[in-house]
Amino acid sequence: MIEQNLSLLLVVIPLLSAPVTAMLPNGRMPWLLTLTASWTCLLIAGWQLSVVIDGNVISYELGGWAPPWGIEYRIDAMNAFVALIVSAIAAITLPYALLSVEKEIPRQQTSLFYATFLLCLVGLLGIAQTGDVFNLFVFLEISSLSSYVLIAMGEQRRALTSAYQYLIMGSVGATFLLIGIGLVYVETGTLNMVDLNQRLHPILDHQTVHTGFAFIVVGIALKLALFPLHLWLPNAYKYSPSVISVFLAATATKVAVYIMLRMVFGVFSNDFVRITPTDHMFLLLGVFGVILASVAAIYQTDVKRLLAYSSIAQVSYMVLGMGLASVLGITATLVHVFNHALMKGALFMACGALVYRVGSSRFEKLDGLGRQMPWTFTAIFITGLSLVGIPGTAGFISKWYFVLAALEHQSWLIALVILLGSLLAVVYMWKIVEVMFFRPVPDSAQSVKEAPVSLLVPMWVLVIANIYFGFNTELTVNVADSAARLLGVAAYHE
Amino acid sequence: MIDIIVGHYNYWVVIFLMMAGFYTVISHGNLIKKIAGLNIFQTSVFLLYISIGYVSEGTTPIIAEGFTRYSNPLPHAMILTAIVVGVSTTALGLALVVRIKEAYGSIEEDEIHDQDKSL
Amino acid sequence: MKHNLILRVIAKYLFPVIALFAFYVQFHGDYGPGGGFQAGVILSVAFILYTLVFGLETAEQILPPHVLRILACTGVLIYAGTGVATMLMGGNFLDYNFLSLNPVEGQHIGIMLIELGVGITVSAIMLMIFFAFTGRERS
Repeated sequence: MIEQNLSLLLVVIPLLSAPVTAMLPNGRMPWLLTLTASWTCLLIAGWQLSVVIDGNVISYELGGWAPPWGIEYRIDAMNAFVALIVSAIAAITLPYALLSVEKEIPRQQTSLFYATFLLCLVGLLGIAQTGDVFNLFVFLEISSLSSYVLIAMGEQRRALTSAYQYLIMGSVGATFLLIGIGLVYVETGTLNMVDLNQRLHPILDHQTVHTGFAFIVVGIALKLALFPLHLWLPNAYKYSPSVISVFLAATATKVAVYIMLRMVFGVFSNDFVRITPTDHMFLLLGVFGVILASVAAIYQTDVKRLLAYSSIAQVSYMVLGMGLASVLGITATLVHVFNHALMKGALFMACGALVYRVGSSRFEKLDGLGRQMPWTFTAIFITGLSLVGIPGTAGFISKWYFVLAALEHQSWLIALVILLGSLLAVVYMWKIVEVMFFRPVPDSAQSVKEAPVSLLVPMWVLVIANIYFGFNTELTVNVADSAARLLGVAAYHE
Repeated sequence: MIDIIVGHYNYWVVIFLMMAGFYTVISHGNLIKKIAGLNIFQTSVFLLYISIGYVSEGTTPIIAEGFTRYSNPLPHAMILTAIVVGVSTTALGLALVVRIKEAYGSIEEDEIHDQDKSL
Repeated sequence: MKHNLILRVIAKYLFPVIALFAFYVQFHGDYGPGGGFQAGVILSVAFILYTLVFGLETAEQILPPHVLRILACTGVLIYAGTGVATMLMGGNFLDYNFLSLNPVEGQHIGIMLIELGVGITVSAIMLMIFFAFTGRERS
């Protein structure tokens, strides 16, 4: 029975745990239940990936109704990959969360906090599993509403305004997505992704299909924090509780990248991308995003905001990969999705450790702390090397694939932009290293000790994963390659 | 020409409401007016779905004798789900506005921005 | 408002009428417009009318906040539990044919159970939202 219902259990287990967690008394019990649920999800996601990695596709019909009349959960290598990333980040974040949440969230809100965290996990995993466009919208809204609540639980009062701004922009984006789905439904009469792909194929030049596509892309771009629509992200990542910064930075925008890939290449197919200027638009916005966000990161006075702008730049890299519209480009995007989740997860965990000990993440409070907290500082240093793309780390693998894809596209300019982005990353990561290591320790910070073990261990698990996946690229590259081929993306120059 | 204006009047209403709601979200500084604009924007989308899903002379989609045309239940289910999502978003937005008022003392975006900048 | 005689009497008369209409909408969702969400909202309207006339403290004696939280969670668990029950009986998630020996009856039972779950959750949540907003101290 478990084998048959595998892909569904990934969504149902957190869905059942969330109301039970909301009813538990405050204290350690909600944390324990959330930990158990997310570790179970990790095991199921790993099992699922091992089933589909050879090119099989799992098709699960909800309610026993055959597609296209019923909702179908269709798992191929790309879905299973994204589901694995989300559940792995959740499983590693939760041991970290025990002490961090006790410090930052008031005690009487603990059980509701963990229940909302589980609902966010339900939403993100549901997006990764589903094969129905409207079901995607519903799960996207579930995850978005839970993340507005989680962000608003930050300690400072600016968390409330950041959550409000994210709510307005996110709801507008989701409504655009809904309009796009409606327009596409008018033309084809179906909501199943595979069926939509087949039915859209003969009518790709209709005006309604183009309009629907435009609405869908703009709606997803708002969630993705693509260059002009990124204004909600720096505030949302800075003022949210540390655990939520880790979880959202490592998963929410990556899942939005997956949605964009699935809708643009899976539903609308590569032929549509070629007859519209979509790839040029992605390339242009990606280039601007990389340069402008990296430059903005250099001028920040707060570590969390700096990392938020760095996230916008890295997401623009992924959009660059999509704009190259070839098998290598999509492979590079998917490999970078995995590696960026590892990198940003570790960096934000280190920030959370700093906030735990010092209470603030502004640069003037962090002088010389590198020598008081050596383990945290080394984690930041190694992950910074990975962000820049030094050989031997996971970041190098994704930069390598991006440059390869750009050269295959015969565009020297794009390869130059990718390398320029790495140079700018050196500048802002060096800023952090210089403040933390090379400045003298002020007297008020002499008594700061190293972060507690339960915060350090998950952080170092991610750091070691960064180095490991820099050397052993079999898992990431093979899965990404098979996923890109499954999307039917032909090479740009045939 | 007449057919474009009068025959498709429901789509014109959809466009008018969509633009009115979106303009309200962008231009007004009062936080509650933004939520109201968002509601109008979402309502226009429901109207779009209903005008798409209309089957003329269709009856309730339950098999009965003597009827061959049934209306399509799928757009209506989609609208109901979207209405619930809209209600939840409005409730969450209003709860945030109440907390912001308690923390800042004002619900005008400019005044809140000034208070934050002066930190 | 409890000193206004007309409001008190009419509210007491209207409460069962509204509740009855809510149950009608809930259980006739199979055959006409209705279903869980609409019924939950109408039922919560009855309680909100009572709260508006008689005050928040009186209403919270009937429905204290922790009871509402348990009710909301129970509704979600009924919905997900029905799905899990169909999985345990051998079918897919929410495949109502397996809930009874006769597939048609299974479909009836399945829809009724999940709409019940939705109705309980929605009415509890609407009341929780209302009590939370009215319970804030006036600044």
